[in-house]
Amino acid sequence: MKLRERQWIIGGIFLLISVIYLGRLVQMQVFAHEWKAYASRLTEETEKLEPARGLIRDRHGEIVVKNKAGYDIWFTPRKCSAAGGLDTLALAELIEMTPDGLARAFRRAENYATYRPSRIQKQLAAESYARISGEMWRFPGVEVRRRSLRTNPSGLASHLVGEFREVDQNDLASNQGYRLGDYKGKSGLELQWESTLRGKRGTRHHIVDIRNDYREPAQAGMLDTLPVPGDDIQLTLDLELQAYGEHIMANKRGAIVAIEPATGEVLAMVSAPSYGTDLLTGRDRGANYDSLINHPNKPLFNRTLRATYRPGSIFKIIQGLIAMDRGVLRPSNRIVCDRSIIGCHGPHRFDNLEEAIVHSCNPYFHEVMKRMIQNGSTGSIFSDAHQNLGTWSESVRTFGLGTDLGGHFPGLRSGSVPDTTDYDRMYGRKRWAYSTIYSISIGEGELLTTPMHMANLAATLANRGHYITPHAVRGSEGIERMESGIDDRHFDAVIRAMSTVVTANDGTGGRAATPGVEVCGKTGTVQNPNGNHSVFIAFAPADNPQIALSVYVENAGAGGDWAAPIASLMIEKYLYQDVTQSAKEQRILEATYPFPEFPL
Amino acid sequence: MVFGLFNVASATAGASTVEWLDFSGKLGKQFIWVGTSLVLAFLLLVIEGEFFIRTSVIHYAINILLLLAVLAVGKRIGGAKSWFSFGGIGIQPSEFAKTGTSLMLAWMLSRNQDRFNQWGSLFKAVAIVSIPAALVLLQPDAGTVLVFTGLILVFYREGLSGNVLIAVLCALLVTIATILSGASTVHYPGAGAATGAWILWGILLSIGGFLWATVPQWTVPRRRKRNRRAVLFSFAAALVLSVGLQFGLEEVLRPHQRDRIHVLFGIDVGNPDADYNIRHAKAAISSGGLTGKGYLKGPMTAYGFVPEQETDFIFCTIGEEWGLMGTSATLLLFTLLLLRILALAERQRSDFTRIYAYAVASILFMHFAINVGMVLGLAPVIGIPLPFISAGGSSLVGFTLLVFILLRLDAERFSVLR
Repeated sequence: MKLRERQWIIGGIFLLISVIYLGRLVQMQVFAHEWKAYASRLTEETEKLEPARGLIRDRHGEIVVKNKAGYDIWFTPRKCSAAGGLDTLALAELIEMTPDGLARAFRRAENYATYRPSRIQKQLAAESYARISGEMWRFPGVEVRRRSLRTNPSGLASHLVGEFREVDQNDLASNQGYRLGDYKGKSGLELQWESTLRGKRGTRHHIVDIRNDYREPAQAGMLDTLPVPGDDIQLTLDLELQAYGEHIMANKRGAIVAIEPATGEVLAMVSAPSYGTDLLTGRDRGANYDSLINHPNKPLFNRTLRATYRPGSIFKIIQGLIAMDRGVLRPSNRIVCDRSIIGCHGPHRFDNLEEAIVHSCNPYFHEVMKRMIQNGSTGSIFSDAHQNLGTWSESVRTFGLGTDLGGHFPGLRSGSVPDTTDYDRMYGRKRWAYSTIYSISIGEGELLTTPMHMANLAATLANRGHYITPHAVRGSEGIERMESGIDDRHFDAVIRAMSTVVTANDGTGGRAATPGVEVCGKTGTVQNPNGNHSVFIAFAPADNPQIALSVYVENAGAGGDWAAPIASLMIEKYLYQDVTQSAKEQRILEATYPFPEFPL
Repeated sequence: MVFGLFNVASATAGASTVEWLDFSGKLGKQFIWVGTSLVLAFLLLVIEGEFFIRTSVIHYAINILLLLAVLAVGKRIGGAKSWFSFGGIGIQPSEFAKTGTSLMLAWMLSRNQDRFNQWGSLFKAVAIVSIPAALVLLQPDAGTVLVFTGLILVFYREGLSGNVLIAVLCALLVTIATILSGASTVHYPGAGAATGAWILWGILLSIGGFLWATVPQWTVPRRRKRNRRAVLFSFAAALVLSVGLQFGLEEVLRPHQRDRIHVLFGIDVGNPDADYNIRHAKAAISSGGLTGKGYLKGPMTAYGFVPEQETDFIFCTIGEEWGLMGTSATLLLFTLLLLRILALAERQRSDFTRIYAYAVASILFMHFAINVGMVLGLAPVIGIPLPFISAGGSSLVGFTLLVFILLRLDAERFSVLR
């Protein structure tokens, strides 16, 4: 080969490289989509525009929960060092931190990213912001960002409202569009109605630079959307009644649930002791939460839904109704108060149904249930019980007991209405008879209910045999009329008896008597080793019930002593907006059960 | 014609200069350099070509002195001591050394007509290239050293055996194979896990042994001895290269340096920072697509995602903003320029001009191949500018010098018989 011809080889090498590069370029620029996606991940950033969260109002439109501004302090280390640092002592004082805490926050920010802002202080109040904003120029790299927080100014119904706070790992993993640092409803109605209250987030797409600063709108803002504010929700609560309920339950443990019988709307849900919602949304949430969770009276425990008690004497009403409906009992039937099997109290001997309810006669209802369970249909007491308990349980459940009451209260315990399988499991199949389980005839034993269930029972009695799915939010879906299946006429005797409980001289619920209105009620005294729980259910007025309620005061004694007068006060408050029974009110307010040494 | 090409290239430079320097304030400086280059180009065209030929040695000597001086009093930027700093202006003598070395090489080779048949002239030629290359390596500036190695094409054109080119190619292949196999872990039955390089060495040994043993079958008897020696020598050299390289990678280099080499070969190093530059560069080019995002509209390059985008990664800007159209046009321009210089070289009567033209083509080619290859992820990440397009005064002036001396010499091709 002549040397001159080597020019073709050298030229060929030049051409070869060019062709290889051209091929690579075609591959990269036309076909390599993963690199294009990577580029847009790097250069595009979506700014979220938070919608205003829906408000929560009571049945009259009063605001229960609204939004307030909280001011977070953010810090970008690089901007600060570029401007020559800042006076940390002054900043710490201004943003309500200790110098040590601020130094720690700075270190955290530095470790996270020098070019990106990190949050160093959360949720300063508007007053603090007013003070800070004029001074911000002194602190390079520090900026204030507004965030929408929730506030419940009255502090009422905190258990029901629930918490609104920062998302946690589970929320982030739930794939519902939450991002680190977002806030959401975490419990109660805030959680249950999150999708309604939340609204729709708007977005703004930006082209960012390497330091993540926004430089220009992406695609000329064509993809941007405006935030859609969340919808308000209206509670069925009467805020005034709720406030009064919380007021008179001060220094006691227990619960009040009040329902409008005609609609199933919950008028008040008091769980005592309570706490202010804002204690758990503010900056001091951690400390507040610790002191609440460790408090011996368990203020965070929502007794209206979560506390289960045995129904006690109140259950006798259901017993009587079912027995009448089955035709094994007439209101006029008298039964000897034979105290050999089961104890009783008071001087009665031979009551009819009404009297038995008024006197809360235990042997009477022992006999009534015996007629239903051990009716001799099979010739064996074991088979009888095995065969009949199931239908009995079904009937009890039609009063809502042992059910979720339509599911409008997440966290509501169903309680327990034992049936055949439960006892089979406990004692073995057909190894039990009525004599084994008779304590449920008077509402003890394995029966468990919550204050919500008992208020619903009061509403069912007020409605003479049906209840409307209890709910706390107007416009809830799935509100149904639930029939107990007990014939109307059977309620006459029972309601007369409940009226007598309140009005008779020897009635156990005399303290429930309320001026100007006929109250029907029934006391209950739930056995408890630390002191019996005082329980009362009632509705009023008797002829046109407007309110039905249950009242629980833990470890306070007999139902008539404490729960009944509280019910009376609540009824008067609701029907007349004013409480005239000042002596009764005074007595209740002064009562402190059971741990006066831990005032809340 | 070359002049026209150069103008187009220059215009491209001007255009892409504006787009990213608009924000950085380096734009003004670059305009001054462009102006300086134009004045210089004019002066070069006025000077007699003979001047460059006669001052080759002086030119070369001055460059060597400057390279020595920069090692002594240079300013250290980015780990390399390669800059003189006069006020706000930095000057990089290695950019000018390319011209000096080319002139010197042309002068020497045109006087020795033995075409590398004697060891002496080969030694001299290698020395002329090696001295500045060694000085640059001390800075250290690996990219420029690599550019100097491109001058092997000149040697080849002027008579160096083609076997040397093939040997260089083979060495390159062995190097790549060593790095790839050396980074893998293989479980050898009975010996546990070790580097995959052992397999490569095994293969080299067996192929070498096989060829050595079968030499009698495929050669005529009188060349047997020679062929055996050639096989033995070349495979031994390959083995030594491979083992030495593996040892160097594992024992001498620090982990981050090794990572950089591995990144180049597409080996996952498990360190997201190691291939940061090249990832962003690839993303920028890829995001340009077929037609690009439009002039001044590339977010990757405009907002600082691509490192050194006005110098070494300028090709990203073209890729992102002009798309495949812009990048292929640039490729085409460079290819035409290189081929044009080759054609121009071959029409010279003067050996000096021809050799010098080849040197210019080789240098431009190496710059182009390494710079674009690096951005495309096909060549090592070694910072060298793209001729006439990257910002930077020294390189622009250096390339102007390189090319316009050639133009001046070419203009005299009819008037002088050398």
